Amino acid sequence: MSDMWITMGPQHPFSHGLWTLKIRADGEIVQEAEPVIGYLHRGWEKECENRTYPMIIPMADRLCYSASMTWSHVYCKVVEEAMGIELTDRAKYLRVVADEICRIQSHLMWLAAMGTDLGNLTVFLWSLREREFFLDLNVKLCGQRLTTNYPRIGGVRNDMPYYFERDCLRAVDRFEKMIWELVAMMDESAIFLSRMQGVGIVSRKDAANFGLTGPTMRGCGVDFDVRRDDPYCNYDQLEWDVAVCNDGDAYGRYKVRIEEMFQSCDIIRQAMAKLDAIPKTEPTRVKAPRRVPEGTHFARVEDPRGESLMYLVSDGTDKPYRLKVRSPIFVNVSASKHLVKGVRIADIPAIMGTLDMCLGETDR
Amino acid sequence: MPYSSIREWVTWSEPINSPYGVFNIPYELAYRVWELIGGTLAWLINLIFPGNSLSEYLAFDQTFASYIAIAIMVIVIFAVAFVINLTMIWQERKVLGRMMDRRATRIGPLGYLQCLADGLKTFLKENIMPEKADKKGYMWALVVLIGTSVLIACMIPLSSRWFVVDYNTGLLLIFGLFAIAPFMILVAGWSQNNKYSLIGGMRAAAQMVAYEVPMLLVLASVVLLAGSFNINDIVYAQMETTWYILPLFLGFIVFLISAIAESERIPFDLPEAEAELVEGWQTEYSGMKWGLIMLADYFRGYVACALIVIMFLGGWTLPFIGDGPIPELVFLLKVFMVFFIFAWVRAAHCRIRTDQILHFGWKVLLPLSVVNLVIVLAIMLAGGILW
Amino acid sequence: MTEKMIEAPTVEEIAAAVDREFSYMTVKKKTGVRRIHYSCDRKAIHDLCKYLHDVLNFEQASSVCGVDWKDHMQVVYHLSNYETGIMVEITVDVPNDDPHIDSVALIWEGADWHERETYELFGIIFDGHPKLERLLTPQNYEFFPFRKSYKLRGQE
Repeated sequence: MSDMWITMGPQHPFSHGLWTLKIRADGEIVQEAEPVIGYLHRGWEKECENRTYPMIIPMADRLCYSASMTWSHVYCKVVEEAMGIELTDRAKYLRVVADEICRIQSHLMWLAAMGTDLGNLTVFLWSLREREFFLDLNVKLCGQRLTTNYPRIGGVRNDMPYYFERDCLRAVDRFEKMIWELVAMMDESAIFLSRMQGVGIVSRKDAANFGLTGPTMRGCGVDFDVRRDDPYCNYDQLEWDVAVCNDGDAYGRYKVRIEEMFQSCDIIRQAMAKLDAIPKTEPTRVKAPRRVPEGTHFARVEDPRGESLMYLVSDGTDKPYRLKVRSPIFVNVSASKHLVKGVRIADIPAIMGTLDMCLGETDR
Repeated sequence: MPYSSIREWVTWSEPINSPYGVFNIPYELAYRVWELIGGTLAWLINLIFPGNSLSEYLAFDQTFASYIAIAIMVIVIFAVAFVINLTMIWQERKVLGRMMDRRATRIGPLGYLQCLADGLKTFLKENIMPEKADKKGYMWALVVLIGTSVLIACMIPLSSRWFVVDYNTGLLLIFGLFAIAPFMILVAGWSQNNKYSLIGGMRAAAQMVAYEVPMLLVLASVVLLAGSFNINDIVYAQMETTWYILPLFLGFIVFLISAIAESERIPFDLPEAEAELVEGWQTEYSGMKWGLIMLADYFRGYVACALIVIMFLGGWTLPFIGDGPIPELVFLLKVFMVFFIFAWVRAAHCRIRTDQILHFGWKVLLPLSVVNLVIVLAIMLAGGILW
Repeated sequence: MTEKMIEAPTVEEIAAAVDREFSYMTVKKKTGVRRIHYSCDRKAIHDLCKYLHDVLNFEQASSVCGVDWKDHMQVVYHLSNYETGIMVEITVDVPNDDPHIDSVALIWEGADWHERETYELFGIIFDGHPKLERLLTPQNYEFFPFRKSYKLRGQE
């Protein structure tokens, strides 16, 4: 069989969103790949230039449905830096809790998608079952399952409701017990291991050069986490480890994400304990001015998928002059042409699955 | 065979010898049904034209009656195979539902009618054929695929009194027809003018070559042990000695894996791997064509389970009991138990990769099946020496 | 650039090194905790980025983006160091009538799509980019939607 171009996408079971991977295949071997995006481009950044600062928070939620909390967080953070506002401790820890809940449910969503990519529907349904508990926590905290609209410029929308601490700790404890069932399902399956180990290896140097971030990068051996190395929201006052795996293959990236969920559970517990120590009367929200002083600022936050960065240029009015979004998946997708070169077609879902695609934030 | 009253027909005095010369329930059933229909027709005609020759012919001609009975028997056999198939689909959905912690089928009593509802739904779907497809290959591959699958499902005997033909080539014929499907998948993948289908078809061909050989070697070992290709003989040879799963456990494992691969179920459903190949070789088959392909898939799953039961689990016999009062039910229960393993594997595993499946087939299963053959030879030699 | 690589430079070390090498082309605007902001002449951007990548161990280009200041364009680079978590922001002014700048896509593979995006949204041309084509918008677009001169409906 001579080479042929196969267009995988935009509507294809592996793509998890609207994008296309054009591959030139020689039989089963991929010779060349070219990702094509832009199907969801809606001019998000341009739209923000015509909205006042508070109006952008719900829009930031919709950048990615399963990381809405971190996206509105990074937006609020950059505006706070521009305004020079310092949050109260209570608001900071509430944001930590919300972020980590978001991280766990996003990673579970990834695990579910990973299961279907490899043809195992059980993993899909089991991880969605576990995810429900964290979505319920979202409902209790913010009233919404996915697009949470919780952070505000200068704090968070509301303090946690009654019994939230109890429910949250219960959900975390239960999750830590139940996830082993799921992990055993994958780790003890020889077929799963043979599909993941040694597939899509990225060296440490390449991972940094391609601009991979987040769990994808840590699975390649780069020991870097924005939460630890460029701390925000009192993350430096909590005790936790950064999950790193030096293998660089799909299985390493899988292990990093699984380990991160456990670390998130730890962080939630500690943040809850810290919240206990802070008097309930402390405000969760600081008054923020309407206008932002002139200047340029940027802020970055560890998103479940990587490093999300926003760059804000303000001209002194109540609308941003320019708001740039640096999406982690945007860069990860651009690296996909290197990742899938030389692998078999059957490996493409396994490799792209470990990148945790989300096209809403990629195309913006 | 004239009856003096309907009471005589109901009492069912003596078994009817089929054209094969042995007692056969489907044939008997069909003959009785025709006696009822033909007799009623003859009586009605006789009422209008008393003493005509046509009603005499309908009522008394045995050759004509046996032809009609065979035609009805075909329907009976197919209907039973179809119901078994529906039951297996229902069973798999229920088992998967329990294992995945979700609701399974819901229509009808215990959700049994869900498959019928799905079948009706596929009838309503638009029937699309790609414009640039190779029409002959496209349709004929489908016809041959579904035809052979249904045919071998009907050829599986449920007991020594429920079969179509009791033929001496038995298993060999079934295996021959079983192996046609991957060829047809290759043709179908080629003729659809779709790259996903083409890759799916190529994968089917590669997979077939890797798994047919160990499967046939295991078959050879069973046939050597039983001394016959005839299904009846194999089953009763197991009743006389022991179920072949005990001496041929290795062969059983090899055959189980090969059978899953042969019926293209997860983890070996590479030709239709939906994550990378959309729907594989079935991509361009829409509506009822797709529904029939799915049905044929389960027919082949049924055949694979039935072959395992016949070759290793003593068929319709039970140890120390023999045939028992209802051997058909025993056979089906065993088939459903084997199919439960199939569903279990499907719930627990990911899809394997093409090169891995070939490595596994050639480097693990083939040597194991040869070892299995050597074990059989050793057993037979030892048996020759001891007795 | 035969200098030895500094694996984990501090903010002061970076400031001193860049001042020493590129004092005639760059202006340090401000520094903060793990933050340095520079503005740079567009002629020196490629050399500066290469120096930061090779010597000061800035392994990743987090983002490259454009800003339309109406009288001129600006390209903003965010580079990050994995050892220390330091980020460097470099702003480069580009005149409206000659929107050319050297590409850094060959230094950092990750800057590739950022530059393509900046090209299609602002019309800034990155010289030496391996494949400068439209990415998010259709290939047949002839305008650059994120420029301030491109008005949204209702704004005219």
